[in-house]
Amino acid sequence: MNPILFYVFAAVAVISSLLVVGQRNPMHSVMLLIVSFGGLSGLYVLLDAPFTAVTQIIVYAGAIMVLFLFVVMLLNAHTEDEVVPPTLGPHGMKVAVVLSLALAAEVLWALSRVGAASFSTDPNAAVAISSVARIGTGIFTTHAFAFEVTSVLILVAMVGAVVIARKEH
Amino acid sequence: MPAFINPTVVAHLVLIFMVMNMLVLSSAFMVWMERKVCAYIQDRVGPNRVGFEGLLQPFADVFKLLLKEELIPKSADKLLFTIAPIISVAAALTAFSVVPFGTETTLFGLLREPLRLEVTDVNVAVLVIFAITSMGVYGIVLAGWSSNSKYSLLGGLRSSAQMISYEISYGLALAAVVMMAGSLSLREIVLNQSGYWWHIIPKWYVFLQPIGFLIFFTAGVAETNRAPFDFPEAEQELVAGYHTEYSSMSFGLFFLAEYVNMVTVSAVATSLYLGGWLGPFLPDWLGWVWFLLKTLALLFFYVWMRWTLPRYRYDQLMEFGWKYLLPLAILNLIATAALVIWLG
Repeated sequence: MNPILFYVFAAVAVISSLLVVGQRNPMHSVMLLIVSFGGLSGLYVLLDAPFTAVTQIIVYAGAIMVLFLFVVMLLNAHTEDEVVPPTLGPHGMKVAVVLSLALAAEVLWALSRVGAASFSTDPNAAVAISSVARIGTGIFTTHAFAFEVTSVLILVAMVGAVVIARKEH
Repeated sequence: MPAFINPTVVAHLVLIFMVMNMLVLSSAFMVWMERKVCAYIQDRVGPNRVGFEGLLQPFADVFKLLLKEELIPKSADKLLFTIAPIISVAAALTAFSVVPFGTETTLFGLLREPLRLEVTDVNVAVLVIFAITSMGVYGIVLAGWSSNSKYSLLGGLRSSAQMISYEISYGLALAAVVMMAGSLSLREIVLNQSGYWWHIIPKWYVFLQPIGFLIFFTAGVAETNRAPFDFPEAEQELVAGYHTEYSSMSFGLFFLAEYVNMVTVSAVATSLYLGGWLGPFLPDWLGWVWFLLKTLALLFFYVWMRWTLPRYRYDQLMEFGWKYLLPLAILNLIATAALVIWLG
């Protein structure tokens, strides 16, 4: 992996995601999130996983963010010019702090468990992982259960959206 | 002389430069062809003053656009308003980079390693095109939103809904071809189509996937926002749709993007279904002539269709996309999968 390219893409991903949170205009946030996905996709390319990189763009930057934009435009969300008082309340703040600390601990624990050993340096291994056929076989055999459960989850979300949309009639 | 300046690198740079300029030039030519074909269909003569038969008319138009004043509406979001046409053009020009348009060549022994006639060979080329096309929609959506005008906004909203709806059928039609070829690389898909049945009929995928080709081209027309699916800029209802507020060359950029996108969709359709650069009579190294001819035929069809068919109504468009085209694409995919397994 080229270290210069890695730092460029990593910087793009991190800085733009930080800026997403800092924007007052929801439209700008959405656009910055797309830039961040682009940075992530570049990292996948550097990891010899072009399929994952392209999927990242198609699914997240392409399909999902278009839906985000669609919602922002339909709701005609305005710029948050006036300072809105935080609606979380004192308890909400505490819960948020506890949850984010828990998430940070979780990530640190996962990273310490993985360690450096599992990052294979064998170039053939990377090529094998990137091959679309391998990913397909993996999804439909080893990870078939997770795959099916995810589809049920998405189906539930779809049914939920239909129910919410119908209530108005 | 530094080591990275060698014939191969130079040849690649020249290739990139050529492809970029060919795309821009071809869109100028397309504008001329569109106006000429339209004129003949409507029993007129069309542009015939600038250059031979008006061939230089597009250049005169671009020159005029460049000299016009650039207006940005007072209440527009200036940043996004400026970026939108850039996104459109960048996406349109990038998508072509993975399309192969000829066999390998050494330029008559000038190069040591053979040069492939395409900007870059990615092993997931089909998906790359799909990804970059889906980025193009942001140009239109942002233009519609940032202009802060109701016509632009409606145009942008329509186009995003339309593109989401037709992208699915587009992708499913692609998937059927990928299944038959067993590869995501456009070069391999083209090479899979070499040979003939009974020495006459070329083994193009259009004969094996006639329904897939129809779905792909219909969805492609919808994706490029062309008639009869040109809702984002329906004149009668929306003035000019998403680019109502644009003037000067930023309007020109949207125009350029639209035509380059048409060229790309036709070129991709040629590679996927019409055997790309493969064809009889010509030697191998002239394969790009076949590629150009096939692409040109599809582009002519695009224009022909625009001046023949009236625009759909918006709800008809959505109904057609979701209730007819999508189920048909799914059926086509299932049938293809069954056939591929059955025939091994």
